[in-house]
Amino acid sequence: MNYPSRFTPSPSEASASPDTPGLSRRRMLIGGASAAAVPWITTPAHAEAPPSPVQRHVDAPVSIELTVNGQDHRLSIDARTTLLDALREHLGLTGSKKGCDQGQCGACTLHVGGRRVLSCLVLAASVREPVTTVEGLSGPEGSLHPMQQAFIDQDAFQCGYCTPGQIMSAIACVREGHAGSDGEIREYMSGNLCRCAAYPHILAAVNQAKTQIKEG
Amino acid sequence: MRPFLYDRADDLATARQAGTNEAMAFMAGGTTLLDLMKLDVMRPLRVVDINGLAPAHGRIEITSTGLYLGALVRMSDAADHQAIRRDYPVIAQSLALAASAQIRNMATLGGNVLQRTRCNYFRDPTWPACNKRQPGSGCAALEGVNRTHAVLGVSDHCIATYPGDFAQALIALDAVVEIASGEGERRLPFAALHRVPGDTPEIETILQPGELITGFYIAAAPWLRRSLYLKIRDRQSYEFALASAAVALDLEASPEGQRIRQSRIALGGVAAKPWRATAAEAALQGKIMSEDVAMAAGAAAFAEARPRSENAFKVELGQRTLARALMQAAEMEV
Repeated sequence: MNYPSRFTPSPSEASASPDTPGLSRRRMLIGGASAAAVPWITTPAHAEAPPSPVQRHVDAPVSIELTVNGQDHRLSIDARTTLLDALREHLGLTGSKKGCDQGQCGACTLHVGGRRVLSCLVLAASVREPVTTVEGLSGPEGSLHPMQQAFIDQDAFQCGYCTPGQIMSAIACVREGHAGSDGEIREYMSGNLCRCAAYPHILAAVNQAKTQIKEG
Repeated sequence: MRPFLYDRADDLATARQAGTNEAMAFMAGGTTLLDLMKLDVMRPLRVVDINGLAPAHGRIEITSTGLYLGALVRMSDAADHQAIRRDYPVIAQSLALAASAQIRNMATLGGNVLQRTRCNYFRDPTWPACNKRQPGSGCAALEGVNRTHAVLGVSDHCIATYPGDFAQALIALDAVVEIASGEGERRLPFAALHRVPGDTPEIETILQPGELITGFYIAAAPWLRRSLYLKIRDRQSYEFALASAAVALDLEASPEGQRIRQSRIALGGVAAKPWRATAAEAALQGKIMSEDVAMAAGAAAFAEARPRSENAFKVELGQRTLARALMQAAEMEV
């Protein structure tokens, strides 16, 4: 894919990192043949086991496997790709939203291995457990998850942009056992911002759904 | 974000081999690293993913001699651990009051203590002056927007605040940090891990390139249960501390009241590094607990404070935060 320009340094920026004057990222290789040029990223050569002659370019794609909502995917992606971008830009799963892209707003919240995380601060290549997004919540007949239904019943959104993240976070909040009181729900939902300030309704939705969702 | 080579190290030997160059960054939870890479503040050429170390170095172990926390333990797992909440309350509280539930599920304890400052001049490379980001470039915060900056341990080269909470809890419980390097392993008091900025604010810890924190150890001590973390901030949740105090007290009943046999105090939100307040501990030694004694400890802790144009309020706030934490700890039923 083509990254927006802010993700890709211009050629002049890329050719000389301030951290490593004179070293070009684009030309940086790893492996036996390049050992003299970039000794700090090679492992010591053992006489009995010479390093693989395979060279890697920093721009070379990495192959990853992702299980999302029960489906296995193989992707070849730029190592910089976050889980959020892999879902949205490569798998067409746009339910998880990009708000701040800095781990501050919670719009990208989804579950990895059953735990809620911020997918904008996870490298897709580092994901080792199954991913569940808001698209994976509904039942086989398209029936809504109790938390989705509660958000509708309680009118728990206005513009709706933060809602997928709110719902994924709310389900985890209940499962973790952190929905015992209004105060506890507010505290454990504080990582999901709502610029429309639908907070009282979100609180009501969590309270409605929590009896239908199992802890643990 | 600039391009980098991505590698995994699923065992300590591989991580050690990976670790000897300064352009490499270990990645665990990634909540600081990826954030700062997106901001173009951190620019590693190679990222080594150490999440595969979790089976060996992500364990919580409680024995009669103390508590061991593997570096790959996630913040939420330690914060929610029943025995830690009961027997090491300052540890659980410092973690539960930090960040958000999602970030606590991601961030590891080893990475947590190494999180970087929230100074906006550090986080925004469009500001040319930041000695921590670009050594020798100056410090824009000295005469700039410095309301959230530090008053203790600062220098004329950097007044950035250490942002974390858990590190103060570790100091309050005399924790030991376990570090793996190419040569082997070393252990040292956790309080010795971080450095004050001096004239090299870019060097934040005594870790050498390639060294990796593998765990924390807290030995059994009489003050563990009477410990707490008090965090004062602009918002009630999901916010960094303006002032915080981690305190642990060993009290004995006497005819006059509760006599302080020993105390451990660390301050957050006000200092350039996780700050052990030894002067405050000395001020408490042998005293009968009272509000006056607690306030005197607060005054002692901030005697050397060096406030700037917008953060002078942190001196009184910090003193009162510490005093309240001490009073609350004294009232705990243990």
